[in-house]
Amino acid sequence: MGALFSFVMVILLVLLAYAGIKAANLQIFFGVVIPYAAILTFLLGFVYRMLKWSTSPVPFRIPTTCGQQKSLPWVKQNKIENPSTALGATVRMILEVFLFRSLFRNTKAELRDGRLGYGSSKWLWLGSLAFHVSFFTISFRHLRLFLQPVPSPVHFVETLDGFLQIGAPTFLITGSILLLAALFLLLRRFLLPTIRYISLPADYFPLFLIIAIASTGILMRYFLKIDVVSVKELTMGLVSLNPMIPEKIDVIFYIHLFLISVLLAYFPFSKLMHMGGVFLSPTRNLSNNNRMVRHINPWNYPVKARTYEEYEDEFREKMKNAGIPVEKE
Amino acid sequence: MAKLPTPDELSKINYKPPEKRWVNTPAEFKDGFWCFGTRPKYLQAVDMPNPREWKPIEDDWKLPENWKEIFLEGFAERLKKYRSFRLFMDICVRCGACADKCHFFLGTGDPKNMPVLRAELLRSVYRNYFTTSGKLLGKLAGAREITFDVLRELWYYAFQCTECRRCSVFCPYGIDTAEITIICRELLNLLGLNTDWTMGPVANCYRTGNHLGLEPHTIKSIIESMVEDIETITGIKIEPTFNRKGAEILFITPSGDLFGDPGTYTCMGYMMLFHELGLNYTWSTLAAEGGNFGLFTSNEMAKKLAYKIYAEAKRLKVKWILGGECGHMWRVWNQYLETWHGPTDFLETPVSPITGTKFDYTSSLKAVHIAEFTADLIKHGKLNLNPSRNDYLKVTFHDSCNTARGMGIFEEPRHIIRNVCNHFYEMPENTIREQTFCCGSGSGLNAGENMELRMRGGFPRANAVKHVHKHYGINMLANICAIDRAALKPLMDYWVPGVEVCGVHELVGNALVMKGEKERTTTLRSEPLPEKEAKENV
Ligand code: SF4
Ligand code: SF4
Repeated sequence: MGALFSFVMVILLVLLAYAGIKAANLQIFFGVVIPYAAILTFLLGFVYRMLKWSTSPVPFRIPTTCGQQKSLPWVKQNKIENPSTALGATVRMILEVFLFRSLFRNTKAELRDGRLGYGSSKWLWLGSLAFHVSFFTISFRHLRLFLQPVPSPVHFVETLDGFLQIGAPTFLITGSILLLAALFLLLRRFLLPTIRYISLPADYFPLFLIIAIASTGILMRYFLKIDVVSVKELTMGLVSLNPMIPEKIDVIFYIHLFLISVLLAYFPFSKLMHMGGVFLSPTRNLSNNNRMVRHINPWNYPVKARTYEEYEDEFREKMKNAGIPVEKE
Repeated sequence: MAKLPTPDELSKINYKPPEKRWVNTPAEFKDGFWCFGTRPKYLQAVDMPNPREWKPIEDDWKLPENWKEIFLEGFAERLKKYRSFRLFMDICVRCGACADKCHFFLGTGDPKNMPVLRAELLRSVYRNYFTTSGKLLGKLAGAREITFDVLRELWYYAFQCTECRRCSVFCPYGIDTAEITIICRELLNLLGLNTDWTMGPVANCYRTGNHLGLEPHTIKSIIESMVEDIETITGIKIEPTFNRKGAEILFITPSGDLFGDPGTYTCMGYMMLFHELGLNYTWSTLAAEGGNFGLFTSNEMAKKLAYKIYAEAKRLKVKWILGGECGHMWRVWNQYLETWHGPTDFLETPVSPITGTKFDYTSSLKAVHIAEFTADLIKHGKLNLNPSRNDYLKVTFHDSCNTARGMGIFEEPRHIIRNVCNHFYEMPENTIREQTFCCGSGSGLNAGENMELRMRGGFPRANAVKHVHKHYGINMLANICAIDRAALKPLMDYWVPGVEVCGVHELVGNALVMKGEKERTTTLRSEPLPEKEAKENV
């Protein structure tokens, strides 16, 4: 249900852009207005969400400890999985953000004849990593459309990406990896009963959208071979705030651009915000040094608790009879 | 009470979720899965709202008129107070990595026991009232209104989570469903919807300082009867003190160690050790409870119950605090205690009077875990140990969730066990240390009426014990948690008969050769030492 709905939505978006260009000649709308609006929504939305999270304080230091704590000098601490310093916590975060450390732990439980076993299960880790790395590489590569001259790191990444050195234009591997990884993540949702059970439209929609973006990109580059020079004229126009619409751009480009705009605008309102959120996660980004440094809760307030005096008042006679010292005889 | 199915019946678990979507499937309350609702007197005792007689199984929970308002206001307030909560409501991508990591899912196959779905139960409500997409798109965005059915469902599943954090280890964003459950239970408590088994101890603890409601003279006499047992076993008379001002150390342990075996044997172990060291310590009859069922109720309640710890340390003018073997007590101490009730400038950085070790990693909290304390003693060769007295045992060690994932104490207890026992074997890798499986009865779920749930929740743990029982003949499951000592026993009797449960310091007590002791013929359990028995029978 959720999958079908999301699929239809993405198809409608494609058709919308197609019709907009082909039937209504809305090049300016799809090539200028929408991209600007999308970028603006993305930036403002992203910042807003991050601020919103940051305004809720972290009242307690609650890292999930995944290794030996710092204690006696001869006990070997796991300085990364149970950090006691900011450095350790930083390394932990880097491993989490760039290498998906926690997903790497993934196991799959299996019950056979009343016995539970836990097999290592790295597919999700591999698929997600492939997905994210290729996504970011591709985004980075696209900087060539927005910068003049094209900076050398962008050239460099592009060369790396084309290491297979086949085809003209050179085949860049990340595009296909992204597509395959996204399909893998989608198939998981279709085929694994538990994952299907928990999936929402909001899980399918971005996947279909990204699949559509990757597909139109690949189509453009290798099959329809659109005029890159004109595309760069358009994109440079956008960056220099001097928007213009070159003539010879195929409709497929506008579809691609529109889908990306939708993704950008959708981003801050969706689970995709995990990109920013992961940095704020208190179970990961804090060091477990509560016993060394007192953590301050900004809204700590006094509570009425039972005092010793009240306690002794209630039990004084019994305490005296039992020979337990009391404050007031 | 519901009849408990046999282990064979129970271990046939179907992990395939039903076809019907979960939002359209209201919770079905199964006997043996839920705890009784709290009696009003317990709520009244600690001034908590909406006390009344109510039964979870009935259709009328006698909720206050404006219960939705209370719930949603409480929700909004906590979103503002806890970044963890707001973030965890927002960033789950439903990747499912946490799904089969929860012992309750593994033991029940109920899809709503997948951590992600347990959280979605609340998250769906969050979307409806607190997100733009939820407000605009409703169901399409996975949002739903808070209705009585939803409330029932939240209650049912909030009390099928032991707040063990195993899911959090595997989540790529560290989403901690325990944190979500903790807050969900707080919200339920605004409506007076705690369980009797949690609320009773809270009320007791407020009045007497301990969960069991033991009054000061009773605490003293219980400990004195242990002293007598120790004398019978070792010939040594030890003399603990109570509420003694000017002692160097305040010793605090969960009250579970005072009541019922095998906790009491652990407690005897502590006292024998302290006596042998000539430690200058005192008990406090008010702070005779390190455990804190407030944690399973609300942050405020937990804070109230924890007040006595530093207050008693201050009143008795001790230098530092030594804490016994307890899981959630140490999570509370490590994560909350000093934030609530610090600073602790009236105490000193703990120093072991025996070895001179300065425990500077606890220079602020000023509390040392007894496993750290004893491991340090052993490392410095300060104890005369005869591990062969534990030779009749084949021991494995269960890491408690709280000390594992809310603190990270792994090596210290193992170091002790290796020195006091000759036969120690680990359970499989995926079931120990940070990946340890819960006993299934933590966070106030160790009641009697939900026994089937407990046996199911403990299934993965028991399964791992069964494995080492079969391969190495394990007959003793050691741990450093009072709830474990109480909960693992029935769990073992059910799943792996023949395996006993003990605290680490019971093993220490058995192995400890005390100055001037008589030849021991029994263990701390007053059972004949097997080799002695064998010799006599020759
Ligand atoms: S592992 Fe984390 S992100 Fe994935 S479904 Fe579970 S809670 Fe959500
Ligand atoms: S905290 Fe433990 S019991 Fe609760 S959902 Fe996570 S794994 Fe399950």
